[in-house]
Amino acid sequence: MSTHVPQEQDESNVDAGESRPRSSHQDRRLQDKADRAERNKQESEERAGEDEETVEIKVFRYDPEVEGKQEPRFDTFQVPFEKGMTVLDTVMYARDHYDSSLTFRHSCRQAICGSDAFFINGRQRLGCQTQIAELDTPVRIEPLPHQEVVKDLVVDMDSFYEQMEAVEPYFQTNEAPDDELAEQRQNRENREKIKMGTRCIWCASCMSSCNIAAGDDQYLGPAPISMAYRFAMDEREGEDMQDHRLRIIEQEHGVWRCQTQFSCTNVCPKDIPLTEHIQELKREAVKKNLKFW
Amino acid sequence: MHEHDVLVVGAGGAGLRAAIAAHEEGADVALVTKLHPVRSHTGAAEGGINAALRDGDSWEDHAYDTMKGSDYLGDAPAIETLCQDSPKETIQLEHWGMPFSREEDGRVSQRPFGGLSFPRTTYAGAETGHHLLHTLYQQVVKRGITVYDEWYVSRLAVTEDPDPEKRECHGVVAFDVQTGEVAGFRARNGVILATGGPGQVFDHTTNAVSNTGDGPAMAYRAGVPMEDMEFIQFHPTTLPSTGVLISEGVRGEGGILYNEKGERFMFEHGYASNSGELASRDVVARAELTEVNEGRGVDDEYVHLDMRHLGEERIIDRLENILHLAGDFEGVDGLVEPMPVKPGQHYAMGGIETDENGETLVSGLYAVGECACVSVHGSNRLGGNALPELIVFGARAGRHASGTDLGEAIIETGKTEDTEIGEVDTPVAPGAIHAGDTDEDAVADGGDPRSEGAGVIPEPNEVVERALKAENRRIDHLMEKDEGIQQAELREKLQKTMTRNVNVFRTEEGLKQALRDIREVREQYQDVYVDDPSRTFNTDLQQTIEMRNLIDTAEAITLGALARDEFRGAHWRQEYQERRDEKWLKHTLLSWNNGTPELWYKPVILEGEDKTYEPKIRSY
Ligand SMILES: Cc1cc2nc3c(=O)[nH]c(=O)nc-3n(C[C@H](O)[C@H](O)[C@H](O)COP(=O)(O)OP(=O)(O)OC[C@H]3O[C@@H](n4cnc5c(N)ncnc54)[C@H](O)[C@@H]3O)c2cc1C
Ligand code: SF4
Ligand code: FES
Repeated sequence: MSTHVPQEQDESNVDAGESRPRSSHQDRRLQDKADRAERNKQESEERAGEDEETVEIKVFRYDPEVEGKQEPRFDTFQVPFEKGMTVLDTVMYARDHYDSSLTFRHSCRQAICGSDAFFINGRQRLGCQTQIAELDTPVRIEPLPHQEVVKDLVVDMDSFYEQMEAVEPYFQTNEAPDDELAEQRQNRENREKIKMGTRCIWCASCMSSCNIAAGDDQYLGPAPISMAYRFAMDEREGEDMQDHRLRIIEQEHGVWRCQTQFSCTNVCPKDIPLTEHIQELKREAVKKNLKFW
Repeated sequence: MHEHDVLVVGAGGAGLRAAIAAHEEGADVALVTKLHPVRSHTGAAEGGINAALRDGDSWEDHAYDTMKGSDYLGDAPAIETLCQDSPKETIQLEHWGMPFSREEDGRVSQRPFGGLSFPRTTYAGAETGHHLLHTLYQQVVKRGITVYDEWYVSRLAVTEDPDPEKRECHGVVAFDVQTGEVAGFRARNGVILATGGPGQVFDHTTNAVSNTGDGPAMAYRAGVPMEDMEFIQFHPTTLPSTGVLISEGVRGEGGILYNEKGERFMFEHGYASNSGELASRDVVARAELTEVNEGRGVDDEYVHLDMRHLGEERIIDRLENILHLAGDFEGVDGLVEPMPVKPGQHYAMGGIETDENGETLVSGLYAVGECACVSVHGSNRLGGNALPELIVFGARAGRHASGTDLGEAIIETGKTEDTEIGEVDTPVAPGAIHAGDTDEDAVADGGDPRSEGAGVIPEPNEVVERALKAENRRIDHLMEKDEGIQQAELREKLQKTMTRNVNVFRTEEGLKQALRDIREVREQYQDVYVDDPSRTFNTDLQQTIEMRNLIDTAEAITLGALARDEFRGAHWRQEYQERRDEKWLKHTLLSWNNGTPELWYKPVILEGEDKTYEPKIRSY
């Protein structure tokens, strides 16, 4: 998927001739918005003066398309505080009550869809999994660093997906039983070994926290390597496939780039021991003496 | 215009399985999904997949349990298909590498679940859905199936015949969420809707924010009936502050429910003297609310679910995920204290009417997964029966849409000789606002001026082009309007009235109040506008369109609930405290007839392959 900004006259709009008079319209909107923002600001200041407990959030804003938002900035919102409130709750509140153009991904609200990884008070975390009560205020919410920003808190995930796919993230075996009702058994220990690696929710926090990934966009990166680990260590795939997998992660921009800084392991919301997985693959590769480049 | 043989809308478990099946049949298939596939809500499923895999168990027993659990409102041909195909579909997942939990001998583990006569729930820790979703997506990547991710489908391209049974679906219209580009998608063979549940109709729900009933609402407006919408499952164990689900696996493993006085109320207050905590979900949900209503709830709001006695080792082995959920979302350590739980909206038993091949009454249009009603769950779904539905009927729909002969379906869609026309006394007129179909507001509402080229049967491409044009007008209208009301306000209002009035306990007056509120929201929706002027990742626009779908879905749920004057499965009515088989062994259907909902019924099919399921009194 591309991230280009559509031209004024998008060819997919079959209503030819009906060009949208967007600019003046946009200007008017933006003026309205500015007025509203002013009102909201007053309202939230009044709020802050009342008994009601509020939390102040500072949210990164940017939209390549809208004049006035092309210069990145931070917007401040006062959100009424409730016990148990998460960072995701606060941005949802700000969007629903103050500014409907505030943009971020989210869906499950339970740390399983992986779509709301943000840079919260200087660290990669899932918005829905982070309790406000645990944070210093004002809470600063930014898009994941080292990823291109599409708009506000939304980053471009394409390169992450590409790296994920580069490690062939799918089960490959020649040993599945022919009988459609017979299981390809796996012993408990082996399942236990790969278990953590299967938990990845593709949130990209680890990639965003990794200095090496930031400087080398071809480096496979922690989540993809851990994905490779999950399959390489799965005994059901067999020896040959394991060699094949080790070859993939051993390439020039593979495991040897990792400098064991542990930043990925520290931020992973699913507690996946990424650095450990990477180290173990290095050991495995050395054991097999598989240096090809 | 994009063009494929088969288009699958939605990439949760049902959509992914359908796409893989279509691909295996050699079709050029594409997935169009508003979320990246791995973000779909199937990932949140915890407990497991029911499949009769072991000696001592049989698909027939599974079918019997399912029919009983449905309170005799499931159709036997669908239920038998589910139970016959589930073992091979489940093992297929295993062959694709799904990391199931394992027994000592390396076979997949199974555990007991509510309403099942055999421990046949196959699971992967307490994160079965996550693994199922990822395993299926991996197969999609492996096969190189085209995925249009973050594309929001907002309209179906269906021909305009006055008789819905003669309509044909030729594709969809969608916009790229990232760029705002609106495009037509032509499907040569068929469109499969797999858009998931409508949980956002309620404000306390286990469902994701993206579960907005888009598929059912779009199909409904295109002339396909919605079936059994009144049957909404309320899960008994959700965390009070967020609605996050605590899997039935906890009770399956031996977790105990206590009220504020420390009484094991399922037994001590006689709600289910035999099965206790493992009674059906509807029974447990009502028991909990009764405890709260009678003053025995904790903090007047919830009850306690205790798993401490299971021991750390067993909890970590089988329910580790639950510890994280209780800790992260409720601040409770399940190893040292009981977890607070209360009922929350969880699942829609009803949906788009289909047959066992996933086909709807509009040719070329299919539906599978939670957005569909092939009628396997009847009035109450058993835990662990939704995931097998995704893979069994997903695979069938994918094959059928690719032209494979699966044999004639036994379930008939649309009106038949047995159809009975229904009537229900509503306090306000439901359905579209007929302020004049051609005016601008109808456009905002998704209304489509039907005049153009009526009478002439257009080429399939033209059907898509027209739908595209109508959608462009609608979007431009929403974007260009400067003032009015915003969707967030309407959404909150709708969710509140549904949770207050169409919840676990339902009264006639409450249901009528909900209809009045929905009408008000519908009227206000005529004046809705999108404030964000940008075409880039405009979630304001997306939510505004979703809002319209929530209105239609909420109304269908409420109308069905008002019509059904009996107590069956999850549908409890204060005025009618009995299951009334003489009158109600039938499905409720709602059709959108030019904007006016039409109510009708069709009988339940209790005849299976070689036996007939006799309704019995449910007892626990
Ligand atoms: C918390 C939880 C736990 C559960 N646990 C279990 C369990 O243990 N066992 C069990 O059997 N069942 C369980 N269920 C039920 C089961 O998980 C769901 O019914 C099932 O996952 C639904 O799958 P689906 O494929 O139909 O939809 P989803 O997984 O919700 O996918 C919907 C897809 O449609 C797409 N979509 C929606 N609208 C549009 C649109 N307009 N345009 C484009 N794309 C669109 C979305 O992007 C998504 O990809 C659970 C449900 C919940 C909520
Ligand atoms: S490994 Fe952890 S941090 Fe990285 S993408 Fe997966 S879940 Fe996110
Ligand atoms: S919203 Fe799904 S991970 Fe946070």
